[in-house]
Formats: sequence, C-alpha cells, structure tokens
Amino acid sequence: MTDEHNPPATVTPTSPAHHREPVEGKTSLRELPWCAKINLRGEAHNARFMSATAEALGVALPTEPNTTATAKTETETDDATVFWLGPDEWLLHCNLARADTVLQQLQQKLAPLHHAATDVTDYYTVLELSGKDAAATLARGCPLDLHERVFQATQCAQTRFGNAGVLLYKPNAEPVFQIQVRWSFAGYVWDYLAKVIDSL
Amino acid sequence: MTQVNRLPDGGRLNRAKVIRFWYDDKKYEGYPGDTLASALLANGVRLVGRSFKYHRPRGIFSAGAEEPNALVQLESGPYTEPNRRATEVELYEGLVAHSQNCWPSVGFDLGALSSRLSRLLPAGFYYKTFMWPRALWMTYEKFIRKAAGLGRAPSEPDPDSYDKLHAHCDVLVVGGGPAGLRAACAAGATGARVMLVDEANEVGGHLLLGQHTDIGGLVANRWITERLAELNQMAQATLLTRTTVTGYYDYNFLVANERVTEHLGPNRGDKAPKERLWKIRAKQVVLATGSIERPLVFADNDRPGVMLASAVRAYINRFGVLPGKRIVVLTNNDSAYHTALDAKRAGAAVEIVDIRPDPAGEPIEWARSLDIPIHVNSALSAVGYARGKITQVTVMTLSPDGNEVRGEARHLRCDVVAVSGGWTPTVHLFSQAKGKLEFSDDLHCFVPAAADDATDDTTHSLFCAGACRGSYTLAECLTEGRDAGLAAAAAAGFADTPETVAEAAVEPAPPPASQRHAPQYGPRYGPMRALWILPCDHPIGEGAKKHFHELHNDSTIADIALAAREGFESVEHLKRYTTTGMGTDQGKTSNLNALVALSDLRGAPIPALGATTFRPPYTPLTFGAIIGQERRELFLQKRTTPMHAWHDRHGAVYEDVGDWKRPFYFPKEGEDMRAAVRRECLAARNAVGILDASTLGKIDIVGEDAVKLLNMVYTNAWNRLAPGRCRYGLMVNEHGMVFDDGVTTRLGEHHYHMTTTTGGAARVLNWLEEWLQTEWFGRAKVYCTSVTEQWAVASISGPHSRALLAELCEQPVDGESFPFMSMQQFAVAGIPARVFRISFTGELAFEINVPARFGLALWQALWQAGEKYGICPYGTEAMHVLRAEKGFIIAGQDTDGTVTPMDLGMDWLVSKTKDDFVGKRSFSRTDTARAGRKQLVGLRTETPDFVLPEGAHVVEKLLDAPPMKMLGHVSSSYLSPNAGRSIALALIKDGFKRKGETLEVALTDGGSHRVTVTDTVFFDSEGERARD
Repeated sequence: MTDEHNPPATVTPTSPAHHREPVEGKTSLRELPWCAKINLRGEAHNARFMSATAEALGVALPTEPNTTATAKTETETDDATVFWLGPDEWLLHCNLARADTVLQQLQQKLAPLHHAATDVTDYYTVLELSGKDAAATLARGCPLDLHERVFQATQCAQTRFGNAGVLLYKPNAEPVFQIQVRWSFAGYVWDYLAKVIDSL
Repeated sequence: MTQVNRLPDGGRLNRAKVIRFWYDDKKYEGYPGDTLASALLANGVRLVGRSFKYHRPRGIFSAGAEEPNALVQLESGPYTEPNRRATEVELYEGLVAHSQNCWPSVGFDLGALSSRLSRLLPAGFYYKTFMWPRALWMTYEKFIRKAAGLGRAPSEPDPDSYDKLHAHCDVLVVGGGPAGLRAACAAGATGARVMLVDEANEVGGHLLLGQHTDIGGLVANRWITERLAELNQMAQATLLTRTTVTGYYDYNFLVANERVTEHLGPNRGDKAPKERLWKIRAKQVVLATGSIERPLVFADNDRPGVMLASAVRAYINRFGVLPGKRIVVLTNNDSAYHTALDAKRAGAAVEIVDIRPDPAGEPIEWARSLDIPIHVNSALSAVGYARGKITQVTVMTLSPDGNEVRGEARHLRCDVVAVSGGWTPTVHLFSQAKGKLEFSDDLHCFVPAAADDATDDTTHSLFCAGACRGSYTLAECLTEGRDAGLAAAAAAGFADTPETVAEAAVEPAPPPASQRHAPQYGPRYGPMRALWILPCDHPIGEGAKKHFHELHNDSTIADIALAAREGFESVEHLKRYTTTGMGTDQGKTSNLNALVALSDLRGAPIPALGATTFRPPYTPLTFGAIIGQERRELFLQKRTTPMHAWHDRHGAVYEDVGDWKRPFYFPKEGEDMRAAVRRECLAARNAVGILDASTLGKIDIVGEDAVKLLNMVYTNAWNRLAPGRCRYGLMVNEHGMVFDDGVTTRLGEHHYHMTTTTGGAARVLNWLEEWLQTEWFGRAKVYCTSVTEQWAVASISGPHSRALLAELCEQPVDGESFPFMSMQQFAVAGIPARVFRISFTGELAFEINVPARFGLALWQALWQAGEKYGICPYGTEAMHVLRAEKGFIIAGQDTDGTVTPMDLGMDWLVSKTKDDFVGKRSFSRTDTARAGRKQLVGLRTETPDFVLPEGAHVVEKLLDAPPMKMLGHVSSSYLSPNAGRSIALALIKDGFKRKGETLEVALTDGGSHRVTVTDTVFFDSEGERARD
C-alpha cells in the first residue's frame, strides 16, 4: 500500500491558492505549507478514550471549548496541534510526513473504543493572515470578537468569514491568525481578504 | 449678492475658504462647516421642495436628522442619491443638488394643481380613489407611481465602494452630547472597551447649538476638547463621528452607518469607502440620544420660513446664518426664548408670541431687558405668504381653554417663524430595544421607563442618560452621563478603580444660570402650556387654512379627524390611514402632535392611546452600506474543484449547481451547446468520456451501529452488503417522499462511504445528525464525518474506460477482478486512489477518487493516456442526457418533494422486510397508497427531434381555454443522440397504466405537441453495458 499522504515525487500536488501570489505588506496573507488533518470523534467522558488519544498524540485532548493543545516536539515542524471542535469532536493538525504514523497509532490505540479518526488532510487549506490590522481585516467578514482580551493566544473558534465556514486559530500572542477553510471556498476567502487588505 | 443671510462672524466655519456649489442649476457659495441647508439659508434660498401630496412649497424646517421638508436629490448620474436631508449633507466643493417632487421647477410646479384639488385627496385616498373599477388599476398604478415618488433612484451601477465590519465593545455610547461624552469618558476610565458614536461631524450635541453667545462658548468648547483628549488617550476607546446608529436589535446588537468620505464629494475618497456599516455587539449600551424639538401646529404652519426654534438658533450660532431679518418666535415654553435672545443679538427684529397667559422667569426677563415684545396668551391664526416667503403673521388672543382665538387680529411683519412646542426625547433606539415607554405628565412626552425594565436579560442591559430621558439641564446631563457610564462599565465587569472614582469626582462646576447650555423647560424652569394645536379663525379642517401635524407625508389635523370619523381611531390604524410617522421621516416631529389631536378627538388621555412602534432604521441606510464589500465577485462564493484550472483552459462553459461552478459543456471552436453536448454524449458511449464528479457529497460513516443508521435512512436493506461492495439507495423523509439518492460503499466492518447529490451534501449530513442527535441520542454508536472535498473525483465512462484505467494502474481491472458495484483501493497514475466501479451513465464506468491535492494530476494523467482512446471531457448537460437515456432520476428534478419511490417505479428499492425506516409508516397512509398518483414515465414526441420544454403541462386533450384536466408535467427533456430522438421523463397521473396512450403537452405559444407514454429507459434497456 502506498503512503496515502506522500505519493511519489513525480506526482505534482496543487493547492487551492497555489496560483495566487502571497500578499505582503502591512497585512500579509499566504497559504501555509500543507499539513495533515485528522478529524477525531469520541467520548470525552470515557477515560479510556481520553488516555488512549493522549498516548497516541502525545498530548491530552482539550475539553475546554475553543481551546487547543499542542504536542511539542524537539523540532517545531513536528508539533501537532489538537483543536476543540465540539464536545465529542476534535481536529488534529500535524506534519504531513507523520500523518500515516499518527493515523495508525490512533487506529491501533482506539480500536476497541467507539471512535472515528477520519483523514481530512485534503479537505481544507490553511491561510495565514498577519500584521497589526489582521483582526480588523477579519472583522470585515467574521462576527466573532477577535480582540486580544477575548480571543487569546492558542484559542480557536469555528466561525464564518463572509459566506464561508472557517476554523480560526491564533497560534501565539502576535497579531497572526490561521484560517482553515474548505478547498472550494479558499479562493473566495482569499479574494475577500485581499480586497479588504487593499482597502485598509 | 451672495450669502445675504450670512452673519459677519461666528459659527463653526472656515471662512478662509469659499466653497462653490450648485442647487437647481444655480451656483452658490458657502464655507467649509456648512451643511447644504445652512448654505442655502445663507444665500436666501427659502424654497427647497414641494410637498408629497399637495405639492405645496416647502422650506428648510430643522437643522438635523428630523428634517421633514428639505429632501434633495444629491449629485447626478451614478452618484445620485434621492431623499437626502439637506440639513445633514455637509457642503463640499462642487456639490450638486436638485429639489424633488416638482416639475418643471420648484417655483412653478404643475403638480401644485393637486393643492387645489385637495378635497379629492383626503386621508386614505389611495384606498378609496383607486379601488374601483378594478380593471383600471393598471392605469391608476402608473399615475400613482409617477405622482408619489419623491426622488429618483440612480439607474447606473454605483461606482462607490462600501465597507462593513463587525465590532465589539464593553460599553457603546450612542450620542456625543454632554451626557454621552461624559458617559464614554467615565466608562473608558475603568478600562472598558468603549465606543462613542455620534451622527454629526463633530461631537458636542446641543453644546454646539448655542456655544457662541450667551452660554459661554469657551467653557463648552474647552470642555468638549478636554473630553476628546481624554478619549484619545484611552487605547480601548473608539470614537465615531458622522455615524448614525440606525437600528437596535436583540441582545445589544446595533447597526451604525458611518459616512466616511461622503462629505468630501463623489470620487474624492481615494481608497476609503463612501460609507461603512458597523455591526456592533455591545455588552452594555448607554443611550444619550438627546431630544428633538417639537413644533406647534397652527394655520398654514408649513409655509417656507416656519422653522423649529432650535434650528434657528443652530443656524445663528453654529453656522453663522441668520435665516430671517424679522423673526417671530412662537412658543409654549421657555426654551425658545434663547432663540429669541440669540436672534436679537444677531441683529434680527424679534417678537415673541407666547401662548402662555403669564410666562415668568429669567428667560422672560432677559427678553424684556432686550426690548423684545412678548405677546402673551396669543396664537398665530394666519400666515401671510407671497412670492415664496412669509410676509406677516396674524396674532389673536387664545381662549382660556385654548380651543379658539378671539379679539383683535394683530399683524406682525416677519419672514421667519421660529416655533417651539417643547422637546421630545429621542427614544427610537430605546423603543427598538423593547424598552418600555411611559408618558410623563410633567414633560408631556414619552420617556423611557425605569432602565431595569428595558430588558429581561440581565447580561445585556441599557442605560439612558440626559435629554433622551427627559433630563434637560446640563447639570443633569453630566451627572446622568457619568452615572450611566460607570454603571454600564460595572455591568460589563469593569468596576470602579480608585482613580476612576477620583476622576469622576472632578466634575466641572455647573455653569452659572446665565450660561445654561441645554434647552431648558419643565417643572423647574417654568411650566409649559399643554397646547400644541392652535386654533384659527375657522374650525380646523373647514376653511382654506391647513394645519399640518406631519410635513413629511403632508398629513393634516383634518385627516386625523376624518380617520377617527371613519373608525380608524387606534393609533396603529391612524398611522397607516394618514401615513403619519411613516417613510424616511419616521415621525420625528409629528408623532406626539398626532397623538394630541387623536386624544382631543377621542377625549382620552395620551397614555390610554399608546404609541406606535418605532422601527429601524432611525434614518435611512443605503443598500451600498448594507452590502459592503459583498458585491460583484464577492457577492456569492464560486466554489471550484481542484480540476477547475484545467476546465478553464479547455473552454468550459459553467453551470451553477448550488454554489459550485461545474462544467456545463466543453464547446469546441464553432460549436454551439447542442453540438457540444451531442459530441460529448456520443463519446461517453462510444469511446471514453471524463467527468469531474468532485462536487458529489461524501460522508464517512463509522461505528458499530453504522449499518443500523443506513437501514433507517435508506428505504432498502443494507445488512448483506459485503465489504468492498457498493449499493444504490434512496432517502425519503418522514412523509415517504424522496429527497436524495446516492451510492454507499462498505469500506470495512463498521465503515461506510456514503455519496449524496451535489446540492444535497449538507442537507443529508444534517439529516443524519438530526436523527442521531435528537431521536436516537445516546443509543446509536456511529459517527458521520463529511469528506466531500477530501476527494477529487474523475469519472470515466464508456467502452474504453477499462483500457484507460488499466494503463494507469498495476491492478487487474477486468470484469471478474473488479466487478460492477464494487470498490478497490490502488494507485492510479501513482496516486493512492479509491476506485468505484459504479455508473450514472449506464456505461462501463469508474469513479476514481484521489486526495484533492492530486485531483489535477490524476485528471491530466487520464487526459494524456486517454488521447488514443478518443477521451472527451463532458459536462453536466451531457451527464443529464446520458442518465435520462437510462431513465435514472435526478432527485430534485424528477422529484419535487411529493414523489415516493413507488411513484418512480422503484418499489424494488423499498424493503418489505425491514422493521422500520424513516418514512416507512407513511407508505401506508391513505394518500400515499392511493391509486391515481402521479408516476414517472417516459414520453416520446410525435416529431422525433422536437424537444419538449421542461415544466410543460401534460393534458389528455388541449382545450381552447381552461379549465382542463391537468395530468402532470415534463420533468426532464433532451435531444438524445444515442436514442436518436428526443426523450423526456414526466410525472403523469396514473402514468404506469397509461403506457402506450397518446397525450398532449401544452406549449407556451398556445399550441400543443402529441406524445406517447412509454417506459423511462430509452437506451440499453437490459443494462448490459454497465455490467460488462
């Protein structure tokens, strides 16, 4: 069986924003390098599920709404971040090279338990918006309060930008937001953000 | 001579710079700081429009948002905007405005003839005059449309840009007068995130109205400057001027419109938008919206030159304009005395007509000390008007009950009447927020009831401060502002710090009596005479003179009387029947006086009548602001697949399927749609066609109860589906009606891959979740995860599809190794893939699913390898034809929510043995089980190449005229190159029994076409080709 996430180099992958020039300036917009994404469902009240996932991922699943947990590694690129999406739903972002291993570990540890670990690596892309006006830019399409007092570093939220459903993530205290969006909506979100950046 | 009414100095103007502008094609001059209204008054322009119904000449009435008369058509061409209040339009170089509702000119208006016909235009005249005869309504409507419109909407696309955004704060303060400024500063000092919003171009509110004369200009100005400096130093404070809060919705959600660059003139904003819409979610709201002066209603009170007293004062002090040389102040309270004093000091000849018998107190003494004549216990019984201006007013003595005038008529020469009937708290937003109003017998107006009653949700509350709750003195405004600001901040979780308490204590000392800033009246400032509708020398409504309570919609006291006589005496009926308080004006100067009139007529106190509902917007919003950035390409998302760039390069014409852009067909040079679709249909059956099927909905279903879920949501049975095998299923709703279909594949022991229609993807997932979460909650061990866009899908169809696939994989794909209705995982063109041998065309076909990143690579590999097989990309139209040739339905096209599987002839898909499934019970309902339902059949046209229009009605025999018996309609219809003729599917009453019958299909040209009812399969009726 081929490695699902890493086909031979002869095959050229694309991404929804690969033909768009990154926006650079006071506010910057770029598409992040592709990462693996795994949607995880399970019973948070089941201690066995929680410990099995913690073992497999190297970090306990967050149970506080709209928070994340990051499994730190020696090289930052191998860090894996788990996003709380719902009381029984999480999303894992990890390095593409580790995806098959992580999925296998999850499936192995969780096999006897009621769960779902679904590969959604290609479903979404992640855009990164940065600069001191990043929050003001997002405010043009996102109804959430993104003030630093409210939406703090390492928090995430499922919300919308314009007509697109997005997962927002603030990785650190800097004015940086990651916007995970469905492949088919990425062009729309990109164009919307670029237009706002240009007008501010 | 220009600017004849401009005072030599004063006003918040930049007199160093002259601005030129055009009004009704005449050139005028003004200064930065002017509004269009103040500049027109400065230039002696009195006539600014014709009234809505009677086309009476009208002039500028106010100096703010309450303006009912001076609505102008601003700018021209694509920049034009109707119904702009001249009192709010800031003057800029080159401004162009036109008066509205008059033709050929404002001075000579043909429509004014309707004034002579006013007896024919009573209240409710629309409802009466134009109802009969009905057949003439079309004619009437044209007349009404032409006569009724005020301005003209632009007919060209709007070249301006607009912005909209979401904003959040702890405390939102609406109104930047003394109360609002104080509130914002007090709240901001606690560290709360504060927004202060004011509709004017600068904050200050009523402080700006009289800052330059008797009220100590320096004090007020410096105080404003200090507050602004305070706010500027707060990192978390936002100040918005030129911004109107237009709506107050549930849970402290408010909408405000900021006029960002409009005041610079068209196309001068560089990249900045013309307007910006703020959608504000505030934890707490402080309303400091101030008050609007209330007019008195008297004979011919609509003449140009009749103005609110506060407006005259604003024009003198804020704009350096003296609107008239001889000003008569008509009042029932003390506040208008300040206007008289200011006008006198500015050089006007002033007389006061006070309807009170014995006014007393400081303002009266000040007026006397300036030798201003005061006519007490008197009213205006007539207004002399000639050649566009007031010439004189007639003053008579009021009877003690105020119902009539008597005695000698005195004539006062004047050109302006400044009128005051007290003040009305601006409670629009408070009322929109479901705040309860109560009538104050002291102040004779509605005021907010106790703030605690404003909302039942303790986490969101609102506070009122200052004039909007009837507190009119500066001292009250400042104290209430501070208290409200601190209380709001505390409620938002920002308690007083020692600093803020100390700061709050540093309150400016109340100004001396001679420097009172705010309009003042009420119990402590001299009583008001509770009389607003002044009699004249003939009974109201019976003579030539009209008493307008509502200038904007041209509604008179006589109209109210008529409405009451005809039984429309509830305030809500009165509002609709007389149009009082409707339109862009929203009754800002008229509602209370209408209530007074109704109260008099019904002999009931105003509180017993109640008030009509205040609705957003407070002042009109433009569509541009509401839409913001979301126009053109951002109006609606165009969802595209990973292969979209290829489709673009190959000239695809797109079809909108939901939000998706799917290739409709791929025309070659010189081909029309028909030729392209024909070519695509033939290739997919005779060589190999390739379709982008990425948009199909896909749901990953996992869990030990997965098969139970499938058994419940599909009509057929799923127990015996082996791993790696696929099955088609129909989904019906609780009523047994088909709503989606698709193929589901068993991937593993408890693991399934469900596909749905493109448009139904989200609906089906919601449907599954609804049953799981609400009906079978806690019982079913199954998770559903959308994987729609995880997979890019290339569907290859046609006799060469197998050879093509074989070339790109290392797997045997012959019929035995890879049978029909099964799935295998292997690499295609080096890409890990899930390959499904399923077919929507009825041909040998493979649906190749790869991770989306490799969709384009897969497509290109297939395209290159397929060249020798004559590969042809086909779009959704060919797909529709191909499936219709096979009689395959499209849920939503051949079904419409009233069609059961049995109606489709798909009984074989409905399990007889399953205990239960969604919709099962409904199949035994009388109506679902009855004979004579519409059933899906095929139609063959008499003329082989005649294509029936989809949606056409099917009848037994077309009669000359309705009624005739309708049998059903054509649901799908195409020219089929493979069947060599036109084919159609139709839902026909008793269709199965009618096979072989000849029916008629009605056409829109009045004719019909004969058809024969057939089976639904038009090609390869044995289904051999897909199984090959």
